[in-house]
Amino acid sequence: MNILVLIKQVPEIEKVRFDYEKGRLDRSSAGAIINPFDLNALEAAVQIKEKTGGSVTAISMGPMQAVDALRDALARGADKAILLSDERFAGADTLATAYTLASAIRKLGAFDLIICGEKTIDGDTGQVGPEVAELLGIPHVAYVEEIRQICSDKIVVGARMERNKYIIELRLPGLITVTKDLNNPRLPTLRDKLRAMRAEITVWSYKDLNEEDALQYFGLNGSPTRVIRVYTPAAEKRKSQVLSGTAPEVAQKIVQILRESGVLG
Amino acid sequence: MSDECSFCGVLIFAEQEDGEIHKVTYELLGKGRVLADRLGKNLCAVLLGYGLDDEARELIYYGADKVFLFDHPSLKDFDIVRYKQNIVRLVNEVKPDIFLIGATRIGRSLAPRIAASLKTGLTADCVDLDLDNEGNLVQIRPAFSGNIMAQIKTRTKPQMATVRYKVMKMSIRDPARRGGVVEMKVEPVKNTGMKILEKEKADEVNISEAEIIVAAGRGVKSPEDLRLFKELADLLGGVVGSSRPLVDAGWIGKEHQVGFSGNTVKPRVYMAFGISGSPQHLFGMRYSDIIIAVNKDPTAPMLNFSDYYVIGDLYEILPQLIHEIRKVRCVEK
Repeated sequence: MNILVLIKQVPEIEKVRFDYEKGRLDRSSAGAIINPFDLNALEAAVQIKEKTGGSVTAISMGPMQAVDALRDALARGADKAILLSDERFAGADTLATAYTLASAIRKLGAFDLIICGEKTIDGDTGQVGPEVAELLGIPHVAYVEEIRQICSDKIVVGARMERNKYIIELRLPGLITVTKDLNNPRLPTLRDKLRAMRAEITVWSYKDLNEEDALQYFGLNGSPTRVIRVYTPAAEKRKSQVLSGTAPEVAQKIVQILRESGVLG
Repeated sequence: MSDECSFCGVLIFAEQEDGEIHKVTYELLGKGRVLADRLGKNLCAVLLGYGLDDEARELIYYGADKVFLFDHPSLKDFDIVRYKQNIVRLVNEVKPDIFLIGATRIGRSLAPRIAASLKTGLTADCVDLDLDNEGNLVQIRPAFSGNIMAQIKTRTKPQMATVRYKVMKMSIRDPARRGGVVEMKVEPVKNTGMKILEKEKADEVNISEAEIIVAAGRGVKSPEDLRLFKELADLLGGVVGSSRPLVDAGWIGKEHQVGFSGNTVKPRVYMAFGISGSPQHLFGMRYSDIIIAVNKDPTAPMLNFSDYYVIGDLYEILPQLIHEIRKVRCVEK
């Protein structure tokens, strides 16, 4: 089974500081990691490969620093890594990103399954996976939390929507996006890390994608959406009335508020 | 504005599962109505499923001028490719300026495929929508865990956005409203590459719908203590909520998590015990009607975001509160 995993390098969102005065992120305040959801995608791919044989290729679009994320992917079990890096890819929204990834996947040739994380922790859109599926003309299932069965031409997955969980048979080649509930990503060993340090990472630029006169589909040019303004949300004004007294007194005051609001009594 | 398709200014996706309309649909109709009126154009809805004549009429009562109904057994359950094909065909026909979809799991699975097929822009998870002076859609969404807000415009049509559940005002039902239901021809596709083998009810806590939430934070010392929260929530007919650390620690399920990476809630009363109030948490509960906070730390940001607050130990207040509410309940009985 030939599996592709789409990954993104993201800032460590829990650690990154926000500069409220300047109204922007202080990116120097945190390191860069593989998007956590992509680790579940990678783990799923490696588990399938261990069962069926074949190979796992990690693909990422980003600046040259993103090779670190790809090395991490290699240490965690990917066999090959491809970085799509070009100034002309910069400023891409989800559509242009999906276009670039789909273009690289077409160049790679035959594949059976593409796995993505359900979303990234920085962009938080969850759009790139389904958009890649559409551009490649393959079916997809999002929010996969269980893989029941995999054969050469189909995969059976479980995905929860709003009211129901669905068990879906997806024809291959196909794409799935996976949630954190799917598995527990393994940690790379020191040996794996050292091997990944020495591994070759393929870098493709716009020219390598062999797209004729297609610059208008890439990067900022290919992005129909534009961020026009970024601001810190205004703090909501609440009356912040203090309730003081002994515990029983405070409890009585809360009961009074609940009664006045109509949720009690 | 008779039945001219070209006047469809705003199209909304009416989401259904098991034949039941998801409530985000009525919120989309509420916002869509405002936008369509400002554009001087129609508000239309697209509904796919099987046996949904009554539901289509409901959409009109809730504000739609026109409902495009794709009614066919093959559309009974959500099939991404089938849904996409029919909707893309409709959008190419009626050419709406704006196309809104709920940011539910179904909506977020479907919308990107439609956008990629139409080669148009899509903004995820909007919490507000506005029009600029030229009538272009201004899409407002949180970025970076809700620390900042971004305004986004789309230079292609339709301007597509998914909209977060429980942030827009629902429209008001008016059974006297008139509108048209257009029965659309469904082109059955034999094999879309996906087949539903089984369907199981996901009987999970639906915290987004809760009217009362009793939420626990890092101030809780052990997972056993969550039983107090459950007790109070049960007494009030509410649901237990949680901030992220307790979910990460495995003390409580993710379906209870309130915040940017969890659920957005809009209860009548939100009670926060031992929650310091990170921007990520505040993001998920700031639309609550009344917020009551209990925290030992007088500098906790949560206190400034609440209507009423108590500087005190939740281990003293919570049992006492349960006691007082039991008293009220007993007197009434």
